[in-house]
Amino acid sequence: MSLTTDDVNQIAYLARLGIDHQDTSSYTQNLSDMLELVAQMQAVNTENIEPMAHPLDNIQRLRPDIITETNQRDAFQTIAPQVEDKLYLVPKVID
Amino acid sequence: MHTKTLTEISRGLQAGDYSSQELTESYLKRIKQHTALNSFITVTEDLAIAQAKQADAMLAAGNAPVLTGVPIAHKDIFCTQGIKTSCGSKMLDNFIAPYNATVIEKFNQAGAISLGKLNMDEFAMGSSNETSFYGTVYNPWAENTVAGGSSGGSAAAVAARLISGATGTDTGGSIRQPAALCGITGLKPTYGRVSRFGMIAYASSLDQGGTMTQTAADSALMLQTMAGFDTKDSTSAEQDVPDYSANLNNSLQGLKIGLPKEFFDDSLNAEMATAIETAINEYKKMGAEIIEVSMPNLKLAIPAYYVIAPAECSANLSRMDGVRFGHRCDNPEDLNDLYIRSRGEGFGTEVKRRILVGTYALSAGYYDAYYIKAQKIRRLISNDFTEALKTVDVIMGPVTPTPAFGIGEKTKDPIEMYLADIYTIAVNLAGLPAMSVPAGFIDNKPIGLQIIGNYFDEAKLLNVAHQYQQVTDWHQQTPQGFE
Amino acid sequence: MQWETVIGLEIHAQLATNTKIFSGASTAYGAEPNTQACAVDLGLPGVLPVLNQEVVRMAVKFGMAIEAEVADTSVFARKNYFYPDLPKGYQISQMDHPIVGLGHLDIEVAGETKRVGVTRAHLEEDAGKSLHENFADSTGIDLNRAGTPLLEIVSEPDMRSAKEAVAYMRKIHELVQYLDICDGNMQEGSFRCDVNISLRPQGQTEYGTRAELKNINSFKFVEKAIYGEVERQKEILEAGGSIVQETRLYDADKDETRSMRSKEEANDYRYFPDPDLLPVYISPELRAAVKADLPELPDTKKQRFIQDYHLDNETAYKLASSKELANYFETVVKQSNCEAKLCSNWVTVELLGALNKSNLSIQESPIAAPRFAELLKRIADETISGKIAKQVFEFMWNSADSADDIIEKQGLKQITDSGAIEAIIDKIIADNPAQVEQYLSGKDKVFGFFVGQTMKQSQGKANPAEVNKILKAKLKR
Repeated sequence: MSLTTDDVNQIAYLARLGIDHQDTSSYTQNLSDMLELVAQMQAVNTENIEPMAHPLDNIQRLRPDIITETNQRDAFQTIAPQVEDKLYLVPKVID
Repeated sequence: MHTKTLTEISRGLQAGDYSSQELTESYLKRIKQHTALNSFITVTEDLAIAQAKQADAMLAAGNAPVLTGVPIAHKDIFCTQGIKTSCGSKMLDNFIAPYNATVIEKFNQAGAISLGKLNMDEFAMGSSNETSFYGTVYNPWAENTVAGGSSGGSAAAVAARLISGATGTDTGGSIRQPAALCGITGLKPTYGRVSRFGMIAYASSLDQGGTMTQTAADSALMLQTMAGFDTKDSTSAEQDVPDYSANLNNSLQGLKIGLPKEFFDDSLNAEMATAIETAINEYKKMGAEIIEVSMPNLKLAIPAYYVIAPAECSANLSRMDGVRFGHRCDNPEDLNDLYIRSRGEGFGTEVKRRILVGTYALSAGYYDAYYIKAQKIRRLISNDFTEALKTVDVIMGPVTPTPAFGIGEKTKDPIEMYLADIYTIAVNLAGLPAMSVPAGFIDNKPIGLQIIGNYFDEAKLLNVAHQYQQVTDWHQQTPQGFE
Repeated sequence: MQWETVIGLEIHAQLATNTKIFSGASTAYGAEPNTQACAVDLGLPGVLPVLNQEVVRMAVKFGMAIEAEVADTSVFARKNYFYPDLPKGYQISQMDHPIVGLGHLDIEVAGETKRVGVTRAHLEEDAGKSLHENFADSTGIDLNRAGTPLLEIVSEPDMRSAKEAVAYMRKIHELVQYLDICDGNMQEGSFRCDVNISLRPQGQTEYGTRAELKNINSFKFVEKAIYGEVERQKEILEAGGSIVQETRLYDADKDETRSMRSKEEANDYRYFPDPDLLPVYISPELRAAVKADLPELPDTKKQRFIQDYHLDNETAYKLASSKELANYFETVVKQSNCEAKLCSNWVTVELLGALNKSNLSIQESPIAAPRFAELLKRIADETISGKIAKQVFEFMWNSADSADDIIEKQGLKQITDSGAIEAIIDKIIADNPAQVEQYLSGKDKVFGFFVGQTMKQSQGKANPAEVNKILKAKLKR
C-alpha cells in the first residue's frame, strides 16, 4: 500500500495537523513504509476470530450519581492560552 | 549512599542511620553533577527538601510507611499538581498539571520523596528517547549511546544512581527496553494493575505504569505502593493487591520456564542468544524445568501494534488543540488555522507519523482492513500466550535483539526502530505482566532477560527475578564514572 | 406528480441526572460559565471517564417503555471530529452496539392510531456551548454542558406528514417525562430534535435523497420547518432537479431552512471502541429492578381510563398524556366522589383552559387537586349548579379559599327549598300574563323565558331541576 502526497495532506487535514511543505514527501514515504509493515496482517486468516478491543476481559464499572466535583474554574483557566469573561476563546466560528 | 538499593535505603531510614534530608540533598547533588545525561526534564529541589523534612518528622514519630523518605522520581508522563508535566513534548512545555496522577498521589501518601520529572520520548512514542522535545537521554554505560525509550530518563537516572527508583510506563516495551539497555530491573505490571488516572495517554488499551529499580526487591516495594484499584480509572482492576515482598525468597525448584521457539530463531543475534542461554542455565541450576513453547503469531505483534497504538493515539492526542491548555500558535487566522498550526508546531515528527497512520487506519473504508484486522490478530497473539501459560509458569527470552545502539543510528529509518521491539510488544497486546532483569553485558553494554508471567502474577515474576539476583550480580554493576 | 413525504426523527433527550455521564460534575442548568466543567469534562491530559450508573438505568427504562430490545452488552465508541465545544476532539457515543435496539411507539393522528418504529436509542455526551455574540473576532466557549448525558432516540423513516412527526415528537416528549428520565424543558435545550426529510413519487419504494434539519427545539418549529422543507424539495424535484444530501439549519425568524456551509465538507468520524471504557453489561437484576420501577405508561393508562371511567378515547388520551395531569384527574375522582365524566369535563375544559390561558403547567395550578375535588363535590350534592360552580372556580383561582368558604361568603348556595322557588315563580307568572297566555296557547319556546326569569330573580341559585318541576306544575295547560 503506497500513499501519495495528496493522501497525506488529506489525512493531515483530517487530523488538523500542520506539516511543513518540504516534509510531506518524507511523511509520505514513512507512512507508506508503515502500511507495508502492517500489510503482513492480511496474510493471516482471521475468519471467526473475535476482535479484541481490550486486554481486560471485564465489564464497565458504574459510578453512583453523586456530585463529587467542585468549581475549579480559576485553577483550570490559569493554564488556558486565552480566556475572557470566564470563557475559553477561539477565533470566530461561523456556522 | 547512592550505591545502596531502594530496599537498603528504606531500612537505613527506618533505622535512623541517616535522615531523608541528608539523603535527598546528596541525591540532588548527584543530579546536578550529572546533568549531561539529560535524564531529568524538571528537578523539584525545594519541594523535595520540604518533603524530606516532613518525612524525617514522620520517621521520628515512628510507624512511617516503608517508602517514607526514599528519594525517587517520576516519568514526566504522570501529572503532578503545580509542577510542569510535559510528556516530553513542546505541546505541553507550559502545562502545569492542576491535579496529581493516582500513582503520584499514592507515592505522596507513602511519604516517598520526588526529586523531579524524568525525560522521555515525546508522548511515550519512541524506543531511544531521541523524540523528546528536551533532547536525547545518554546511556551512562557507553558514550553516544541511547538509553532506550520511551522511559529513557527513568532508566538512565536509576542506572547512574541519581535516584533509588523511578516510575515508568510501558506501551510496547517502554519500561523493559530502557531497563535492559541501562542494566536495571524494570517491571511492567498486568494491564489494570496500576491506575492510569493522570498518566497522559498514548494508547489507552496498552499503557501501563510500572517500576524501574536496581533490584526485584526494590520493585516489589514500589509496586506495593503503586498497585491497586482506582475508582477514577474504569480500566483498573478490582483485584486484591498481594504482599509482593512476601514470596521473594520462595524456591524455584520445579519452576516451569517456557522458551518460545520464535524468540530463539535464526534472527536472534548470536551473542544475545548466548547471554540468554547463560541466564537460563542459572535457573536450571536452581531446579527449574525448561520447556519449549510455541507462539506462532508472535511475528504479527509489530504490525498489529502499529495499527492499534496509532489509532488510539490519534484520538487521545486530539485534546491537544491549543484551546484549554498547552501550546497555541501565534495569531491564528481562523479556527482551522489555530488547530493546524498549534498541533503542527507542538508535536514532533514521530508523534505526527503515528497520528497520521492512526487517522488513516480508522478512516472510512480502511477500518475493517486495518483496525478490526489488528484487533483479531491481537486476539490470536493473546491466545498464544494463554496456551503457553497453561503449561509453564513463566516465559523467558531476550528483551531486545541487541544492546544499546548509537545515538542517531536508527532515527533515519523508523521501521528499523520499530522492529527492534519485537520481543516486548506482544506482551502489551495481551496485557500480561513482564520484567526485564540485568543478565550480562555485550561489548560492555548491559542486556536484559525478559520474564513474562500470567495475569496478575507479579508476585511470581518478582520471586523469579529476585532468585536470579541472589545468584548473579549483574544488577549490582554501576557504570564507570557513576560509582 | 404526487409526492410522498418521508420523515425520520433523531431526538436528543438530556437525561435528568445529578451529574455528568462520565464525571461527578453537576448538570444543573444556568450556572456561571465553566464552573461546572471539571477536568474530565474539559478533557485535560490524563483524566479518564467513569460511567454514571443512573444514565444506564434511565436508558434501560426507556428501552423497556418502547418494548425495545435492551442489549446485554453495549459499547461506547469515540466519534472523532474537531470543534471548540468538543474538548477531547472526540465525542463518546455508541455506534455498533447501542444500549437500546429496535422498539416502537403508537401515535394518534386525526383519530387514527399509527405505529412508528424506533430504530435505536444510544447514550452519548453533550457538547459545550459556543457563544458568538459576546466578542468581535472571537467565539467564547462555555463547557458547563459538556458531558451532560444524552439519550439519542432514532426513529425509523415511518412518518409521512408534519402532523405525524409532531405527534411522534410529542409522544416521546411525554414518555421521557413520564419515565422521569428527562425534564423535557425545550427552552433550556433538554429536548432537541433533528429531522430527516425526503420526498419520493407516490408508490415508489426506494427513499429519495434526504436533507437533515438540525437542532429544532419546539413542536411548532418542527411542523413549520417540515412544511417549508417539503415545499423546497418539491420545487426542486418538479423543476427536474435533484436534492443534495446535506445538513440544513431552520431559521425560525425567517421561517426557512438554509444549508450549513461550514458542515458541508465530508465528515469522517473514524468511530472506534473507546479503550478507556469497558463493555456495559445489563444484568438480569438491573432489568428486574427497572421493570419493577416502570410506571403505568400513557397507552395503558388511557385504556384503563376508558375502561374504568368510561371516558371517550380523546379525553382519555388527553388525560393520560401527562403523568401529573392523570394523577390530578384521578385524585379529583377519588376525593370528590363524583362521576368520572363530570370530573374529566371539569379538568379538561375548565381547569386546562384556565391553565393554558395563564401559560401554566398542571404542576403550577393555583388550585391543587384536593381543593378542586371539593368544588366538584358541591356540584354533585347540588349545593351549587354547574353555572355557579364556574363562578366559584374563578374565586378559587384567585384565592386560597376553599369552595365551601366561597359559596358561604358569596351566598352562592343553591336554592332547593321549593317554597322559596314557588314564591319567585308565582310573582313572575303574575307579572307576565302575556307570556303565560302564549305558552298556554301552545308556544313551547316561551317556557325558556320563565326558566330564565326564575334564574335571574334567584341570581342563578335556584336549583334548575326544581325550577323546571314547579314551572311545569304551575303552567299546566
